[in-house]
Amino acid sequence: MKGLLCLKKKAASIIPRDRGVRDFIVRRRINRNWQLYVMLIPVAAFFVVFCYMPMYGIVLAFKDYRAMRGIMGSPWAEPLTKYFVQFFNSPYFERVVGNTILLSLESLIFNFPLPILLALSINEVRSVKYKKFVQNITYAPHFLSVLVLVGVIRAFCNTDYGIVNIIIRKLGGEGYNWLQRADMFRPLYIGSNIWQNIGWDSIIYIAALAGIDPQLHEAAMMDGANRLQRIWHINLPGILPTMVILLILNSGQIMNVGFEKVYLMQNDLNLSTSDVIATYSYRIGIETAQYSLSTAIGLFNSVINCVLLLIVNTCSRKLSETSLW
Amino acid sequence: MAKANTHSRMSLGDRIFDSINVVLLGLLALIIIYPLVYVLSASFSDPVSVASGDMILWPVNLTLENYEEVFKNQSIITGYRNSLIILVSGTALNLVMTVLAAFPMSRRDLWGRNVMMKLMTFTMFFSGGLIPTYLLITRTLGLMNSWLALILPGAISVYNMIIMRTYFQTSIPYELQEAADIDGCSPFGVLIRIILPLSGPILAVIGLYYGVGHWNSYFSALLYINREELQPLQLYLRRVLTLNSNQSLLSTGSDEAARQAMRAETIKYAVIVVSSVPMLVIYPFVQKFFVKGVMIGAIKG
Repeated sequence: MKGLLCLKKKAASIIPRDRGVRDFIVRRRINRNWQLYVMLIPVAAFFVVFCYMPMYGIVLAFKDYRAMRGIMGSPWAEPLTKYFVQFFNSPYFERVVGNTILLSLESLIFNFPLPILLALSINEVRSVKYKKFVQNITYAPHFLSVLVLVGVIRAFCNTDYGIVNIIIRKLGGEGYNWLQRADMFRPLYIGSNIWQNIGWDSIIYIAALAGIDPQLHEAAMMDGANRLQRIWHINLPGILPTMVILLILNSGQIMNVGFEKVYLMQNDLNLSTSDVIATYSYRIGIETAQYSLSTAIGLFNSVINCVLLLIVNTCSRKLSETSLW
Repeated sequence: MAKANTHSRMSLGDRIFDSINVVLLGLLALIIIYPLVYVLSASFSDPVSVASGDMILWPVNLTLENYEEVFKNQSIITGYRNSLIILVSGTALNLVMTVLAAFPMSRRDLWGRNVMMKLMTFTMFFSGGLIPTYLLITRTLGLMNSWLALILPGAISVYNMIIMRTYFQTSIPYELQEAADIDGCSPFGVLIRIILPLSGPILAVIGLYYGVGHWNSYFSALLYINREELQPLQLYLRRVLTLNSNQSLLSTGSDEAARQAMRAETIKYAVIVVSSVPMLVIYPFVQKFFVKGVMIGAIKG
C-alpha cells in the first residue's frame, strides 16, 4: 500500500517526456482535482477584481481622466508623461520625496535593531516567569489601533493638560504642543512606533533563537566563552538569516511609510516634515479629485519600492545566499 | 576558569550580566506599561486632578463621571454596534476565503499551483494604489456607504494565506489526505473531514489577526463611509480624539471654559479605554495564539 502511494506520488512529480503521456497525466491531475479548482473560483474572482483590476486602473496615470467617460474612455494624456512631469515639477516634489525617504530610513535605523536586542536580552533571562512577564507587557501595545495611539500622543502632548508637559513644567521647563512642532514629528513618530512594536517584532527573533542548537553553547562554554562572546558568536549568527529576510522585506517598504499614522499626526504646523508622498497623493486624489496626477504619484512610489526590493534581494543573494526567491 | 564555568554554570561575570539584563528589561517593561496605566487611571480620575498633574500613576478622586459622559453620546453605541457587525461578518468571510485559497495551494498535486502562487504573491509587492482602488469601489462597484466596501477588498490577506498553507503542509500529514483519497473521498470531503477538524489553532490565530485588523481599521471607512449612522467605532474615535483643536485655553479662556477643556481631555481617556476594551479583555487569553501565528509564519515566510 505504502509502496503504491510512493509510486503514485512519483508518477505525479516526474513528468515524462512523451507528450501524449504527459498530457494524459496532466489531464488526470486536473480531472481528479476539479473540486480544488471550484474552490479557487471565488479566490480568483477576488484577486482579479480587487488586486488586478486596480492595477489596470494604473493607466489613469497616462490619461486625462474624465469622470463621465470612465477609465477606458478617457483620452490619453498629451504627452503620455504629462502627470509625472507635473509631479516632478511641483513645488512639493522635493519636500514629499525627501520626507518620505528620511522618515523611512530613520524608522528602519531605529526600528530594525531594537527588537533584535530585545530578543537577545529576553533569551538570556533564566526565570521563565519573568520572561513571560516581560513578553506579555511588551507585546500589549501592538494591539492598539493607530487612532488610539495617535489619540494618546495628542492627549499626552496637550499644551496645558498633557502629562508630558505637566512633567516638563514640574521640572522647570516650558510646555509645548509637541505635535505642532515640525522638528518633533519624526522623533514622535519613530518613538511611538518603537513603543508599539518593539515587543511584537522581537517574537520572530525569539523563535529563531529557540531553534539554535544548545550543543553549540555547551561546546562554547567548554572552550571558556563568556555570555557576551556566546551571544556574539552563536546567537547572532544563528538569527542572521531571519534578520536578512526581514531587512529585505523592510527595504521593499522604504517608500511606504505608515500612511494612516502620518495622516493622523499631521497638522498645518508640522507639514514641513510630516508631508510624505502617501499623504500628498491622498490630498491630491481624494480631497481635490485630481485622479490622474494622484495615480501617477502612487505609481512612482510603487515602482521605486519594487526596484528597491529587487536590488536589495539581489545584493543579499550574492552576499549571504539568503533571499526571498 | 573554564572549568569553574562549566561546573557551577554561574560565574561572577554571569551573575553580573544576569542582574543588569533583568534590570534593563524591567525598566523597558515599565516604560512600555506606563502610558497604558496612565490612560486607564486618568479615565477614572476627576478632570481637575488630571489636568493639574496631581494624577501621575494611580487614579485620584475616583469617579465614573467620564464614562457617564461617554455613554451619554449615542454615536459611540452606534459605532460599537457597527464595528461588531463588520468584525463578525468580515472575519467570517476572511476565514472562508483564506481556507478556500490555502487548501488548494497546499496540495502538491494541484496542476498550475506555482503560477497561481506567484500571481498571488505578486499582489503583496505591487498594487494599483489608492485612486484606482477608490474608483473601482465607488464607481465600478458602487459600494459607497456600504459595509461591503470595508469587507470585500481585504477578503484575503496573502500573508495570512501563506501562514495557513504552511500549517496545512507541515502540521497535517499528507498521508492522511492520500489515504482518504484512496478511500474515495473527494478533495472537498478531505477539506471538511480531515483538514478543518485538525486546524483549530491556525483558524483561531488567523481569525484573530483578521478580527483585530477589522476592529482597528479606519482608513477604508474614512474613504467609503460618510453617513454617520453607518460609521464604525474608529471613525467616531477620530472625531473625538483628533479633530477638535488643541489650543491653549489656560491663558485666554474663562474658568468655565478651562474646566470644559479639562473635562474634554479626561473624556478622551475614557473613550480610548472604552474602544480598546475588547482588545484588553481578550488579550491575555489570545496572546499565545498570536505568538504561535508569528512562529508558524516564521518557518517559511
